[in-house]
Amino acid sequence: MRNALAADRSYPTGTRKERKLWKAAHLPFYLMILPGFLYFIVFKYVPMFGLLISFQRYDPFVGILDSPWVGLDNFRRLFSEQDFPLLLKNTFTFALLDICLFFPAPIVLALLLNEVRLKPFRNAVQTILYAPHFISWVVIVSLTMTLFNSQDGIVNQWLSSAGLGTIDLFTKPEWLKPMWLLQNIWQGVGWGSILYLATIASIDPALYEAAKSDGAGRFRQIWHITLPGIRYVIVVLFILRLGNFMEIGFEHIFLLQNPLNVEASDVFDTFVYRTGILQRDYSYSAVVGLFKSLVGLVLVLGANKLARKFGEEGVY
Amino acid sequence: MTQMTIRDKAYQLLIILVLLAMALAVAVPFLLTASSSFASSGELLMKGAVFWPEDWTLEAYRFLWDNEQFIQAFTNAIVITVVGTAINMTLSVLMAYGLAQPDVRGRTAVNFMVLFTMLFHGGMIPTYLVVNKLGLIDSYWSLWLVNAIMPFNMIIIRSFFQTLPKELKESARIDGCGEFKILLRIILPVSMPMLVTFTLFYAVANWNTYFQAVLYLNDSSSYPLQVFLRQVLIVNPSELSLAVTDNGFMYTPAVRHAAILLTALPLLAVYPFMQKHFSKGMMMGSVKG
Repeated sequence: MRNALAADRSYPTGTRKERKLWKAAHLPFYLMILPGFLYFIVFKYVPMFGLLISFQRYDPFVGILDSPWVGLDNFRRLFSEQDFPLLLKNTFTFALLDICLFFPAPIVLALLLNEVRLKPFRNAVQTILYAPHFISWVVIVSLTMTLFNSQDGIVNQWLSSAGLGTIDLFTKPEWLKPMWLLQNIWQGVGWGSILYLATIASIDPALYEAAKSDGAGRFRQIWHITLPGIRYVIVVLFILRLGNFMEIGFEHIFLLQNPLNVEASDVFDTFVYRTGILQRDYSYSAVVGLFKSLVGLVLVLGANKLARKFGEEGVY
Repeated sequence: MTQMTIRDKAYQLLIILVLLAMALAVAVPFLLTASSSFASSGELLMKGAVFWPEDWTLEAYRFLWDNEQFIQAFTNAIVITVVGTAINMTLSVLMAYGLAQPDVRGRTAVNFMVLFTMLFHGGMIPTYLVVNKLGLIDSYWSLWLVNAIMPFNMIIIRSFFQTLPKELKESARIDGCGEFKILLRIILPVSMPMLVTFTLFYAVANWNTYFQAVLYLNDSSSYPLQVFLRQVLIVNPSELSLAVTDNGFMYTPAVRHAAILLTALPLLAVYPFMQKHFSKGMMMGSVKG
């Protein structure tokens, strides 16, 4: 009976008995989905509703149901916060640096790797450049500190013996953002290129042959065949990146931040950590999180719409 | 491509040089730290780091081996990674397989529910409050459960299952196998490259977890390796070379190099063996998700 059912497994509209059997046959799938479903409810959706405390003066001893509602007071407080312009400026600077300078890097790397004829060399470079993806920010920041610190770091010893003075990466605020960006590229450029490389590999070689016989040089082949070939992937990844516009890698910045560079490194995330976790001002810090999430949501929906307007498929 | 012109050769050379420079920029810091960890403290205090120590010594490694905090942190990291990855893979694979069935009702809604969490989330504080409410603070369950499924990974695993031929299951079903048994005996064995890939991805995330450990764990004896390394190195950047532990020991430069290396090494050592799998694994579902 079950085997017969397996032949046609779409939900039956027939008798109650048939429906019962269908449900029995599909029960295992629902049991498989259930733990994951509960995970998303408890650890993703309950916190989303927890954002309601943004509109309260939340008291953990009273709970979310009985805490007093204060309307938009927390928002007003945020926008009139003395540090708000600084947080906004830093967050946007990090995000723009990331999108303008980090985002294109893997595309360029993929194009370079694709041009190499020497296969073993290409494979070796790929193995090395993928590796930092597996390294934690703690290790990367530690490595930078050890090699660049101003007293016994080897880089500063080289620089000063070459008569170039020393650089204080961790004590001078102006070094923070360049250092952050370079570390990002160092860690992510190789890994980011995988998807582009795979997409390039799927481009029909006949297109290149045709272009060559038309007299197109290397750069014209890249411009007219390779780039259009990976355009869809670029657009999708760009939209997804915009959706995370405000997500600038909290852990990384948290590790780089110290009292000496706080004017350059303070962003919404670090502010949330300080007010929420350290000072236990839950409602106020939740507002900051909500503000961040909303900006991201608006950006991703906008970008998706824009992509569709320009004739791309979009993500949704 | 039989004959390369001089122009082609110059072009190739230029690209190779650029890529070589990038590869060196990634490799040199690691090589420098690796060799320095075998140098004596005296030499390092003078030079900071060395490519080839004057006299090789295991001093730094012996120090870490005898350091209870380090051994504890290393053990903690292994426990967090092994249990965490097992939880990640079990939940992700089960959910992905269930959602990959074309005729399960409500799958579109659940798929959307998963996707939406990638666009909008409660953030640090509301999540912390949930973890707190559930009484998971100071327990590894906080780390294991908060990240039990990475939506992106689950979606790619699901797309992979959808590409498997239907006949694979149908024959087993006719033989009267239950769905769980089919998954375990038939589907998973043919999915090995995918399973290896995502086990590695999850293991990386678990081994590298830092901030959540700081956030959810208060007892320093339960800290994982990443938190230990941070404490060894970063007391205050301006007094970096005077980093002193709770016990009053001083972490010498050689010990710092060794600690960095040992924290990064387990993953760097496994990854080249997995490499051929994950470029395949990444592609399986992601191009057209």
